[in-house]
Amino acid sequence: MKVTCDINVHHLTRVEGHGNIKIRIKKGEVEEAYWEVVETPRFFEALLVNKKWDNAPYICGRICGICSIGHTLASIRAVENGFGIIPTEQTGKLRLLLKHMETLQSHILHLYFLAAPDFLSTGSVLPLIKTHPEVVQRALRLKMLANDVCDIVGGRRMHPTRTVVGGFTMLPEKAELIKICRRLENSAPDLMETAELFSSLDIPDFIRETEFVSLKGVDNYPFIGGDLLSTDGVEMEEQEYRMMSNEYCVARSTSKWSKLSRESFAVGALARCNNNFEFLHPLAKEAAGKLGFSPVNHNPYMNNMAQLIECIHVVMDSITLIEDLLGNGRQEPRQAVHPQKGVGVGAVEVPRGILYHSYEFDGEGRIQKADCVIPTSQNNANIHYDIKALAAQCAEAGKSDHEIEKLAEMLVRAYDPCISCSVH
Amino acid sequence: MSEDLVYLGVPLKRPKVAFFELTSCEGCQLQIVNNEATLLDFLSLVEVVNFREAMSERSDDYDIAFVEGSVTRADEVKRLQTIRKNAKMVIALGSCACFGGVNQLRNRFQDQAWVKREVYGDFPIDTEDEVRPLSAVVDIDLEIYGCPIRKEEVEKIVTNLILGKAIDHPKYPVCMECKANENICLFDLGEPCLGPVTRGGCDAWCPNSRMGCWGCRGPAEVANVAQIRKIMRQYGFSEEILLDRLECFGGFTAHIKEFRHC
Repeated sequence: MKVTCDINVHHLTRVEGHGNIKIRIKKGEVEEAYWEVVETPRFFEALLVNKKWDNAPYICGRICGICSIGHTLASIRAVENGFGIIPTEQTGKLRLLLKHMETLQSHILHLYFLAAPDFLSTGSVLPLIKTHPEVVQRALRLKMLANDVCDIVGGRRMHPTRTVVGGFTMLPEKAELIKICRRLENSAPDLMETAELFSSLDIPDFIRETEFVSLKGVDNYPFIGGDLLSTDGVEMEEQEYRMMSNEYCVARSTSKWSKLSRESFAVGALARCNNNFEFLHPLAKEAAGKLGFSPVNHNPYMNNMAQLIECIHVVMDSITLIEDLLGNGRQEPRQAVHPQKGVGVGAVEVPRGILYHSYEFDGEGRIQKADCVIPTSQNNANIHYDIKALAAQCAEAGKSDHEIEKLAEMLVRAYDPCISCSVH
Repeated sequence: MSEDLVYLGVPLKRPKVAFFELTSCEGCQLQIVNNEATLLDFLSLVEVVNFREAMSERSDDYDIAFVEGSVTRADEVKRLQTIRKNAKMVIALGSCACFGGVNQLRNRFQDQAWVKREVYGDFPIDTEDEVRPLSAVVDIDLEIYGCPIRKEEVEKIVTNLILGKAIDHPKYPVCMECKANENICLFDLGEPCLGPVTRGGCDAWCPNSRMGCWGCRGPAEVANVAQIRKIMRQYGFSEEILLDRLECFGGFTAHIKEFRHC
């Protein structure tokens, strides 16, 4: 039977921000299929102009509610690179620990609260409280652990209060670190059961060959700073990020789009796992096997699995980080800042992909020009072309309206888009 | 989710609540699901009928609307008016909804065409010339302050609403709470702070972490804003540092105008 359908998803649910999906198929031919971003812009790059350097991390953290820690850290890195500040080993480890726990918090929220309801055919996590109480409790335990560590290290789980240019305003107590280390160790069964649950879910069968962009690992799975890498073989230095992201404006989107070697590329957990698989913790690699992941994987729905693999990696790596911090004794939390004229770029892998902040300073450290390139804005074009390819595949397979709509919604959700962030 | 609530033997109505967002980071809604330890208890108090960030079901039948974000585009004005029409009670959730939040930092520029160009170049982008709080567009029944909001405060307010108790925001400033927590004064540690003039209720969230207050909750009722200027000067902080903080979330807009005139 030839498919005819007219799908209009207005303000897609269970994603952050406002986006629409449109698919129109007539007698098996896709007439129209697109991704539209209607989010209102906040003009963060303009807000920063003429503000002193210390405002940047504080204001920019507020680009995003879910990845405020990532934005704060990218902003701090851009300022520090601009002023020639090299973070101490202690600061580096604490920042990575904080980053890891944001990744865990965000991925668990996405996997259980936003993505899982599709696989279990409910509209939200709410009915699952009754039908699958142990699943909801497990999700809450993992999310609470991640958030508690963010409170202890960053001062607050959202819009952190201890993270500043030069280091931290104060350090976590030794006893607190010991306690969270134990809690992280004890979370292993919850993580393994999460892997068990997700390995039982049916991941839609859809492949579109894609270029994947992420930081480049040198001797570990990269999160903060370093060179940039794509699966099509492009390599750049951090400060050349503009040649990697190539932002441009398109109709039907208040978010910018990006491209590199092809018409679109993807960033995020899937891109990171594809590009840096060898650096994952052994337990994360083992889980990858169970979840049917091996690099390079071109199924965008597998981003869910890549997020889960990363959850295991970040927990294991956090335990090592805390052991190192406890073993090394305590150093001064914060170093002095001496503003200087110049440009600073910070690239950080946040839950949804690689994030860039760049600031141009005058001699007093006042921002003259700012640029923030958001993971979801880099993914928007890829989401769009995936929707087109999915619509064509569904038309050929003779799927029903309902099935097509659900698959398209699940596709966008798999990217875990942060739309308000992408528009900023 | 339909069992009846009972308090001291008196049956209570579980209100239908809806969450909406205008121009924002959606962080305040995220804070609602961020208190994992009490989340299930909180959800048992209310019937959530609209929460786009977390659920697919939607309904126009609700008692309380929590609205996050500021108003920056014509379609948001319409959405907010519809929400006002549907809801018995509209609650502004967080600094963007109450004062414009960080979004209103662009109101400081005279040339809004420049603001658009700075970010989008020549690409046409639809936005209003001024970022506005919800109260500039519709009547608001209650404001919940903070960037981000504190979940504990929301839980307390919602519980009081259901029980029919009065809702009182603290009249004292953050400084009181900071002192009660026995923190070393941030001015003595060399940090600027708006704690002496900012509305309390956050339990000195930032100063507890040795970060000076940026005034996200707006002015305390008893705030002596002229005095903070003196304190800042006395501790060697420039007018620019004071203004950066006063203008960050929009709560002190009226006071800044006064400063600029004297």
